[in-house]
Amino acid sequence: MTRLSVSRSERGDVKPHFDAFEVETGPAATVLDALLQVRRDQDRSLVVRHSCMHASCGTCGVRINGREMLACDSKVASLPAGKPIKVEPLAGQRLVADIATDMADFYARFEAAGMPPVRVSEAPAGAEPPAGIKAFARFEGCIECGLCLSACPVARTNRDFIGPAALAAAARLVDEPRGRDPGPVLALAAEPDSVWRCSDAMECTAVCPSAVDPAQALLRIRRRVAADGVRRLFRRG
Amino acid sequence: MPKQVGPLDRKPDAKAKKPAGAKPSRSGGRARETAKPAAEKPAAERASSSAALPARSAPTADAAPTPGLPARSAPHVLIIGGGGTGGALAHDLALRGLRVTLVERGEVTSGSTGRHHGLLHSGARYATTDRPTAIECSAENKILRRICPGSFEENDGLYVALTDEDAAYADLFLEAAWQCAVPAKRIERDAALRMEPGLNPDLKFAVQVPDATMDAMRMPLRFFATARSHGAQIKPFTEVMAVTMSGRTVTGVTVRDHAAGREYEIGADIVINAAGPWAGRVAALAGATVPLVLTAGLMVAVRGRHCNTVVSRLRAPDDGDIVVPQRASTIAGTSSWIVEDPDDMGVPPDRVETIVGDGAMLVPALAGAEIRATWTAVRPLVGEGPAGARRKGAKNGRRVGVGVGAGAVAAAGAAAGATPDGREIGRGMRCIDHAHDAAPTEGFVTIVGGKATTLRAMAEATADVVCARLGLDCRCGTADYVLLPHTAWYTA
Repeated sequence: MTRLSVSRSERGDVKPHFDAFEVETGPAATVLDALLQVRRDQDRSLVVRHSCMHASCGTCGVRINGREMLACDSKVASLPAGKPIKVEPLAGQRLVADIATDMADFYARFEAAGMPPVRVSEAPAGAEPPAGIKAFARFEGCIECGLCLSACPVARTNRDFIGPAALAAAARLVDEPRGRDPGPVLALAAEPDSVWRCSDAMECTAVCPSAVDPAQALLRIRRRVAADGVRRLFRRG
Repeated sequence: MPKQVGPLDRKPDAKAKKPAGAKPSRSGGRARETAKPAAEKPAAERASSSAALPARSAPTADAAPTPGLPARSAPHVLIIGGGGTGGALAHDLALRGLRVTLVERGEVTSGSTGRHHGLLHSGARYATTDRPTAIECSAENKILRRICPGSFEENDGLYVALTDEDAAYADLFLEAAWQCAVPAKRIERDAALRMEPGLNPDLKFAVQVPDATMDAMRMPLRFFATARSHGAQIKPFTEVMAVTMSGRTVTGVTVRDHAAGREYEIGADIVINAAGPWAGRVAALAGATVPLVLTAGLMVAVRGRHCNTVVSRLRAPDDGDIVVPQRASTIAGTSSWIVEDPDDMGVPPDRVETIVGDGAMLVPALAGAEIRATWTAVRPLVGEGPAGARRKGAKNGRRVGVGVGAGAVAAAGAAAGATPDGREIGRGMRCIDHAHDAAPTEGFVTIVGGKATTLRAMAEATADVVCARLGLDCRCGTADYVLLPHTAWYTA
């Protein structure tokens, strides 16, 4: 038997409360499976975001026992048995209801970086595209789940901080411009509430379900911004 | 991100859309029989809104519609179901100038849409068994690449022959593909291995086709975003509790907004049931039935990108015949078995092993890769529905893609309970105007069947039926309308 303690709130509620549920789950069940089972069998009103079920769409990000995770990517069996699994919405975002967050804030930042969703594929090694395909393509690693923004200690206190996902996207565009001018994203990174606000807590990289490593990306773009600044200084002098 | 959003500059590329050996229109050569009876009963009878529409509602191919908000007097269409079909339909109807409201019980794309493996069909898969679907996929594949730039990994697909039996199937396969306007070509073993070093080196040869991988959520989100920019109201977490009726005429729905914890009614001139596998339940709320057979497709995602092209087995459609790369993962699929409950989330462990094993026949690295996720998606296939609810031929609606080859046989077989896996049921769509049911229901239309690849065509067919029923003369503008990026769904 899997026990869940799920944060609940409707639009207009000032403070959430927790509801307890118990469901029978199989050995391979994920926290998302358990939540959907609750919605199907016990409480139709549970508001939960989900779509792909395989860590590709990024919609089911929540905090599980206080840690940012994709609900579809967290096996019930991997969590400590004997106490209820605590499920809360991501931090620092507006709430739709219950454990579903409104991603408008996240996407406003993310969109500012303007990263095209498709990149050049790096694997498998030695693959030669056929005539008619210039380079094999693949979707970017970032699945826009917002876990990094929720886990970031700076974003929690400074609402204006552009945050790890957007800066990692900016760094990707500098790494692989795909015909674009990286100037605007470098300017974005050089803004006051951008790379210089990061405190190197590395929480973003710790919670990223897609191995994007926003912390390293941020360091990379920060070095670039710094180098550009020094160059400008000398040019002026 | 697309450089241009909105109507494309019209280039005379009709040639590209007209495959040799077949005469599909954009709608895949479907019969238009439902339009006629609908025209005989104009919407005026239903005491609804005016049949006149704002200027942009009658776009021609030469003058694509200019977006704006619908007129207050425009008819109001309510769509139940926020999957790809519902989203594409909201976009289509909004572009034609109608007022649109879409309700979805969960997040948009949270049903079958988001869960599929992401194959943008070239059409080759169905060329030998379900020709109308193959032709439609081929046409829609090109259209979607044009209106959703940036939403696909455009790396083509390889059908791999591993056995003598596979090799013997090749001629039939190639011929059928060409007949359906799918540009398929045979490539030799070494060329295939240069393209895909991770292929099973024992392959005999391969057939290259223009498959691609789509982002199963973000591509449909672009339809939702664009629909909303044209005034469509999209309401996630809003579940239909009842269909309101006046006699045998549907007048709207009662919904529960789970996020706000309140119930309310929404009136509509026409209600469209686009609930996918849940379409039978929604129809039941209106006292109608839908010829639906649900089959579960099992998929397994493993870590690591082990190929770039979509790799399929060169044989008739079967379990474990496809490997789809997606981002940094690789997905093996699928299996098929008939299910009763669309909310059934069961994943039989023995089938997982089989699917991975079958995938590893094509791309051996799958065998040793770490499994990231296992899940099922439920396909809402057009069958003959629950026993006793069998319909009489195409009279009840537009019947598409079930009429050729295995499809027709399968539909009959399903009703007799003779199909344990539902694999041979056609993948065609069916748009049903329930006014033509044996026990008619007015103002209620259902769209079922189809593929993720054909979402736009399904929307076009349904919107045509809706407009005919409302007595409106307005044409579809979606085939040449570049959609907003998916991020606009959140930020606009």
